Amino acid sequence: MTLSPEEIHAKAKAAFGEAVGELQPPAKDAFFTVTPAKIREVCAFLKEDPSLAFDFLEDVTATDHHPKEPLIRLVYHLFSYRHRHGIVVKAELPRDGASLPSLDPVWKAANWLEREVYDLFGVAFEGHPDLRRIMMPDDWVGHPLRKDYQEAGGYFDITNVRDSALVEFRRMDEAVRAAAEKSAATNATPATPATAPAAPAPAGGAQVH
Amino acid sequence: MDELVIQKLGPLSDEEMVLNMGPQHPSTHGVIRFVVKGDGEVIKVALPVVGYLHRAIEKIGEIVTFPGFMPYTDRADYLAAMFANEGYALAVEKLMGLEAPPRAQYCRAISCELNRIASHLISVGTMGQDIGALTPFVHALRERETLNDLIEELCGARLTYHYHRIGGVAFDVPDGWAEKTLRFLDRFERILDEYDRLLTWNEIYVKRLADLGVIPAEMAIDYGLVGPNLRASGVDWDLRRDLPYGCYRDFQFQVPVGKGWVGKVGDCFDRYYVRILEMRESVKIVRQALEKLPAGETMHPKIPKKVKPPAGEAWARVESARGEMGYYVTADGVSEKAQRVRIRTGSYLAMGVVEPLSRGMMIADLVALIASLDVVAPEIDR
Repeated sequence: MTLSPEEIHAKAKAAFGEAVGELQPPAKDAFFTVTPAKIREVCAFLKEDPSLAFDFLEDVTATDHHPKEPLIRLVYHLFSYRHRHGIVVKAELPRDGASLPSLDPVWKAANWLEREVYDLFGVAFEGHPDLRRIMMPDDWVGHPLRKDYQEAGGYFDITNVRDSALVEFRRMDEAVRAAAEKSAATNATPATPATAPAAPAPAGGAQVH
Repeated sequence: MDELVIQKLGPLSDEEMVLNMGPQHPSTHGVIRFVVKGDGEVIKVALPVVGYLHRAIEKIGEIVTFPGFMPYTDRADYLAAMFANEGYALAVEKLMGLEAPPRAQYCRAISCELNRIASHLISVGTMGQDIGALTPFVHALRERETLNDLIEELCGARLTYHYHRIGGVAFDVPDGWAEKTLRFLDRFERILDEYDRLLTWNEIYVKRLADLGVIPAEMAIDYGLVGPNLRASGVDWDLRRDLPYGCYRDFQFQVPVGKGWVGKVGDCFDRYYVRILEMRESVKIVRQALEKLPAGETMHPKIPKKVKPPAGEAWARVESARGEMGYYVTADGVSEKAQRVRIRTGSYLAMGVVEPLSRGMMIADLVALIASLDVVAPEIDR
């Protein structure tokens, strides 16, 4: 039987009391917040209870609330094929040292979904069987979907902040002109443009930041 | 850089070797990589390594305005971009508390179902190609060309459509387009019978795919498989029928479910054949939609120039060619930009099933398994 978010929340609240927060007014999608340490127990209950039967973990993601609040909120979208109802569960974590139990023992889908959150938000999942980066390379620094993430400027000397080609060409032209003027000033005999020595290429393959 | 992958593979015995497949490999459908530990041809473990096509689309969603993100959704799944458009449009419309007008919803359904056929044609064609039948791919692409022409006439683009907009669709159906489409559908149904003769019931093809990579229903649900991959495992679930969005309530169609036509339920053949049957259903839906197409606007009249939804968060999902595609969009009510855009895609979760399923498989069968899951790299990495 399809249950409303209120009924689902009431069942979870009855089973876990304080660990389950209030149901937020369902303006769009109703959700409730769970104490991070209890997330696995609550989710296992939501899956195993026959009247709830949330067999499908649709999505695991996170939202970073920097700089307004020093919080990262984990967002779990659950759905039940049997009863055709859904609920959103959230968990609030501090931004520093964010960590909570993995849901891999409850739903296998959590394995890959949590790896993505770990990679892009820097949330550690305790008891995850394979917590490696998945989108970014293993030696990447930082977690790109955090709001205060700063690009490192490059990766293995491959720059990712480059000026437009036109700006770069103008800079090269100016370097040529400046070199020509400099040689004209130092040489006693003024060099015509045709005999001016070629300007040196910008050092180090033009690493522009 | 691969230390962690090698560590995960574990120690090698004398007979075992490590084989690297991809990321540039003709059978990996874009840039996907597998690191295979095998004993000769038999796979001990195959680890998918993804991320080579990661373009940070979700991060871009926080940088550009709400309407400005729509073209980026095309790139999330370039083989079925209509669905990516529609999912995002539905999520933002849900945030704003409005619905597209009826004619726009019909245009969405028509364009989506045509796109589903085009996407499934690629899937079916590459499926044959990956296991050595090169001809069907050319046949499939021939029909897809006509479809691309039709869609181009509708929205001006052949691949990255940017057709669905927040509050409606960009263009109305052009004059004479419906007749052209109907003529194509008449022809296409006969062509589908031809595919069945050419490929589906070909004895070599059937023997190659039967009982291969069987995914039981519980496993499919547990690993979060969606769409044709889920239905092939015998789970009778389709968002269009069971939780209809847009105008899908108005149409009569069947939802094909895997029956174990030539072997066990949920094998590679079931995943292939479910897609063939889905194309037939899409033809039905397009016919009905063109017939019932209501008059009226194709754009909601109250869409402001600067889209600024009230604070909140919305989760919207559509039944894409690769299964359920979910968009989670949050707004703070002040900014013209989303605070977070999350795209949940079928291909990403389908890749998670490769590692447990590939144990004990032959290396050549891994190629068939990937093809049957119909994963596309841009949708995995986004």
